[in-house]
Amino acid sequence: MTDYNFAYLDEQTKRMIRRAILKGLAIPGYQVPFASREMPMPYGWGTGGVQVSAAVLTPDDTFKVIDQGADDTTNAVSIRRFFQKTAGVKVTEATEEASVIQTRHRIPEQDLRDDQILVYQVPIPEPLRFLEPSEVETRKMHALEEYGLMHVKLYEDISQHGAIATAYAYPVKVEGRYVMDPSPIPKFDNPKLEMAGIQLFGAGREQRIYAIPPYTQVVSLDFDDYPFEASKADHACDLCGAEDSYLDELIVDDEGGRMFMCSDTDYCAGRRKQGHVGAQGVPYAEDAA
Amino acid sequence: MQSLALEGGFQNAPTDAAHAFRSIMTAMARPGEISRVDGATPPAPLSVATGVTLLTLCDPDTPVFLGKSVNAQEIIDWITFHTGAPLVEAKDAMFAVGSWQDLTLDDFPIGTAEYPDRSATLIVEVPTLDNTGAILAGPGIKDTSRLTVPDIDAFQTNRQNFPLGLDFIFTCGNRLACLPRSTRVS
Ligand SMILES: [Zn+2]
Repeated sequence: MTDYNFAYLDEQTKRMIRRAILKGLAIPGYQVPFASREMPMPYGWGTGGVQVSAAVLTPDDTFKVIDQGADDTTNAVSIRRFFQKTAGVKVTEATEEASVIQTRHRIPEQDLRDDQILVYQVPIPEPLRFLEPSEVETRKMHALEEYGLMHVKLYEDISQHGAIATAYAYPVKVEGRYVMDPSPIPKFDNPKLEMAGIQLFGAGREQRIYAIPPYTQVVSLDFDDYPFEASKADHACDLCGAEDSYLDELIVDDEGGRMFMCSDTDYCAGRRKQGHVGAQGVPYAEDAA
Repeated sequence: MQSLALEGGFQNAPTDAAHAFRSIMTAMARPGEISRVDGATPPAPLSVATGVTLLTLCDPDTPVFLGKSVNAQEIIDWITFHTGAPLVEAKDAMFAVGSWQDLTLDDFPIGTAEYPDRSATLIVEVPTLDNTGAILAGPGIKDTSRLTVPDIDAFQTNRQNFPLGLDFIFTCGNRLACLPRSTRVS
């Protein structure tokens, strides 16, 4: 006997979340309200994503959690252990082995397959919130497709900075209808939002669930004269030499020495195992020894 | 209440429901794709797939409408015992169960402009369910898929209401497929 239910949440709560997920999939990009529950972890730890994972996982799953691309942060480790214990799932750090991946702030570099599910932890689900604080008003704006203000804000960026300065949580339009916040992923990841896997978004404090079914059209908002650009640091990874991955910049010594490395740690390790070595890297086996 | 009503539920509700939901979710995310489910044996003429869907999604918070062909005491008892869902008129339903002929689409809530999710999901018992017939396109479908659907005009009308509209789960034996409002049918 265990003193908690399968995947921690009680059945009635999971049914409520599951119904919200189905409506989210039926109306891509629309934020479905749900009654968020207390979870045994603080809000900043992604309780929305955790509740969605709890509603989706089966005992047959292999579960991966990434936090800014890394599997080994306190946040990622504790969520992984939580479901290992409460749902009996296998866990992995390898993207290709995972059937369900919960993420905060990144999409894995490796393309997801059609049998994989990506669950996002979302802090602020409403893309119009910083333009309009009232929930009643933002609901109306979505209902009427009044997205002009969003374009005005992006255009102000251009007039002030000469480019759209928004680098994270860059707004997208889903299937030509709803403007959606993709969560604070770098805009480098936006093109990957059109994928073969199922994407589910959970915001715990704000009590919203939304979804993008596979192969759904997801367009980053832009202008004819300032097209969207999925930019990243103009560097290769110093560990594995990858030129196509999103990079974190690290200060490595007191002299201001810098190092760029893949934010997706599994991707980087995989490349190093294959023998790729970056400018400041050492061969994989040597490092592990 | 007859003892039959007490039987035919999930053996292990938390994990049976978890597996069933994954099948239903995958089907809703990939319109036209046929999923298999098991774990429930509701009274005839309800199919296994309809029974599983009701046990997985319905409870005292979800008013259910029963179509004429399934509105029998035995079925009412089974649904009441296993889910606790209140039985209501079509206009108040979050879920509906029945044959295609049973269900008049105009009677069900399709949501509001602010809350398009406040709309009914129709669980429709169909005699055949195969990847032939109507062509489906839209979110969740790579190029196109095919599905035997009971009507085409009705789903085209439903699509015109997007983002409002009804969502459908077609059930046949232990198999099911979904047609959300976002799908274009031709
Ligand atoms: Zn790397």
